[in-house]
Amino acid sequence: MLQIIRSPKVYDVVVIGSGAGGGTAVHVLTSMGMNVALLEAGPMLHPQKDFKEHVLPYEVDHRGAGEHAELYFGRQQWGYFSAPNGYWDINGEPYTVAPGNEFRWFRSRILGGRTNHYGRISLRFSDYDFKPYSTDGLGDDWPVTYDEIAPYYDKAEEFIGVTGTKEGLRTAPDGKFLPPIAPRVHEVLVQKACQRLNIPCIPSRMAMLTKSIHGRAACHYCGQCGRGCRTASAYSSSQAQIFPAMKTGRLEVFTGAMARELVTDPNTGKVTAVNYVDKATRTDQQIRCRAVVLGASACESARLLLNSKSSRHPNGLANSSGVVGRYLTDSVGFGLSGYIPALEGLPRHNSDGIGGMHVYIPWWLFDKKDKEFPRGYHVEIGGGFHMPQLGSFHGVCRKHEGYGQVLKEAVLKGYGCTVGFAGRGEMIPNEHSYCEIDPDRVDAYGIPVLRFHFRWSEHEIRQARHMRETFTQIIETMGGRVLGLANPERESEGISTGGTIIHEAGTIRMGDDPRKSALNKYSQTHDVRNLFVADAAPFVSQPDKNVTLSIIAFSWRMSEHLAEEMRKGNV
Amino acid sequence: MSDENLDLSRRDALRNLGITLTLTTAGAGVVSAQDAAHVHHLVTQEKTAGPYQPKCFNPHEYATLRRLSELIMPADEHSKSAIEAGAPEFIDLLASRNDELAHIYTGGLAWLDQEIERRHGSTFLAAAPEQQTAMLDLIAYRKNESPELGPGIRFFAWVRNMVVDAYFTSKIGMDYLGFMGNGAMSHFSVPQAAIDYALKRSPLA
Repeated sequence: MLQIIRSPKVYDVVVIGSGAGGGTAVHVLTSMGMNVALLEAGPMLHPQKDFKEHVLPYEVDHRGAGEHAELYFGRQQWGYFSAPNGYWDINGEPYTVAPGNEFRWFRSRILGGRTNHYGRISLRFSDYDFKPYSTDGLGDDWPVTYDEIAPYYDKAEEFIGVTGTKEGLRTAPDGKFLPPIAPRVHEVLVQKACQRLNIPCIPSRMAMLTKSIHGRAACHYCGQCGRGCRTASAYSSSQAQIFPAMKTGRLEVFTGAMARELVTDPNTGKVTAVNYVDKATRTDQQIRCRAVVLGASACESARLLLNSKSSRHPNGLANSSGVVGRYLTDSVGFGLSGYIPALEGLPRHNSDGIGGMHVYIPWWLFDKKDKEFPRGYHVEIGGGFHMPQLGSFHGVCRKHEGYGQVLKEAVLKGYGCTVGFAGRGEMIPNEHSYCEIDPDRVDAYGIPVLRFHFRWSEHEIRQARHMRETFTQIIETMGGRVLGLANPERESEGISTGGTIIHEAGTIRMGDDPRKSALNKYSQTHDVRNLFVADAAPFVSQPDKNVTLSIIAFSWRMSEHLAEEMRKGNV
Repeated sequence: MSDENLDLSRRDALRNLGITLTLTTAGAGVVSAQDAAHVHHLVTQEKTAGPYQPKCFNPHEYATLRRLSELIMPADEHSKSAIEAGAPEFIDLLASRNDELAHIYTGGLAWLDQEIERRHGSTFLAAAPEQQTAMLDLIAYRKNESPELGPGIRFFAWVRNMVVDAYFTSKIGMDYLGFMGNGAMSHFSVPQAAIDYALKRSPLA
């Protein structure tokens, strides 16, 4: 019989996954006095060693190509200088995609997960985002209203720190903001162009500290948030939540711990333990607890439930409704770049600022009735004098060709003249988009893997077309010309490949009706009282606002509820 | 936190950078870009000690690569060439670690010599500068695609991309572009003169 090593200690809560959802759960639960164990499938994070902040390409002999020139052969997964926290492919941990479908699954394996590098765009869902079915008859309404979650958006913003300004827009609810950051030159041009086109373009809402809070240093404006921030001036769950929680003595972190299944008591039906593989030794371990929080990411959390089968739960745990793995969504992505001659010869200055945009375009056509597609999108803006990287000027080489002085001058002339627009829109959940257990395949630890099904509908394709028209209009209003797709490797002619915007959600949805949903309004499973979900899996829809701030808000609320219920003896 | 991958001098410099950052958060403007530059300077010094010994290419191949590098990114009154920017050693180093890349270069360089030999009776290196540029004028453009020139056009696209990469990721190339970032600032602002410059040149003025 398989030897499983059991922990002697019984923890109040085991949290699985250390990203925005798991990190927030750890923060809230330990601050409420709970004893918590955190399982992370990757290694511990060492910011001073792991983050390549301030390193210039020429300080590394391969300049960022990778030790074996991986970049030049498309084998580098994510930029060399980026925080080491995520991959499109993980050695020994495959997934499959059903024939005729396209989907890419980005996963992270390190303490802090994707929060070490993510874009940190922090947008509240709007009141109508919680009522999609009531608004246009598509999808389903959430069991939660904006007013119920708003206090938790407040807490999330005040804790992680979000820049912004009060604008009074229904499509972009105001929050508790840190001071905004001044727009860069190209962003001023975009704002002026948008003004002419009657499109709002407002200061961005980003989780970077324009002011020191909670002992974290203010931003030093190097623009390299994507590499990870050594001073923790950009939010990451690892630095802002988990490291401080470790100091309380109430958190124990288990790294290299890949959860295999949840163990339930056949009599009570409650979760009593989590079985995981210790990757370093490939031994099976068991950790006992009074409650479990899943924060492994939408699809990984669904996979764990589907793999936790028992006679009492033949379809997987907490899946009597059959919805686990269903309603998978990603944001609709479309990007277009423009060349802006007005920026040629621009007086040089440091345009780094915070990593990412200083202004953005929130959805502006909510009240327009005759649109060709439902719902909406927001627009992210890129540009400025970026640090030159390998590949920065391949576009110039391809377009200009030649060599010598003329090519050298062409690169100089075009430096800083490209402005990028990326649309991020709402996908309507559909029956063709879901993940399930692949019956034929296990990973290197013997855990059955996910198989993905994914299809855009006409709604999304028409929305992406509208993005193209809008971006073209803005570029031309700026006196520029359209260059082409901003992200050709991740976007086809019309729309992004499913999964590549890395906003997976919906696979363990919440709802009032246990026959049609897996979770109640507190992200607690209908079937198992002491099992909760803290990532984007509970989300009933995929509003056009990146999910992370909402993951934090919902995880915060869920954690308070869990602690309170445990105190009352209800869990 | 373990810093065993960093040498002592750089570690100290980075530590100083950290201290400067925390002390000057109330100050104005750029505070410690000089410290950042100091760190980079130390690293550059270490790297440029002693002449580079090719690890992949033979002396003739390497000399040819050097000539191609300066033809692609030459020196002018504002900046030095791709040779000084380290393009030949960058390409040699990567080729020494990746066979696929090594074959692209050894094959491409041999093709170049064969082709110019056929036309002018000498290797690329020994050919007159006008003969060298006449050859490049053929393979630097996709419009000249033919069964005869195809391999050269594809090879030149590789060399051009990698020489341009090496050039603009070097200090020489970054200075040429006027890159002023990668600093640490207590406050972010945009020069009004730059905003006015762009607005005046745009249709939005």
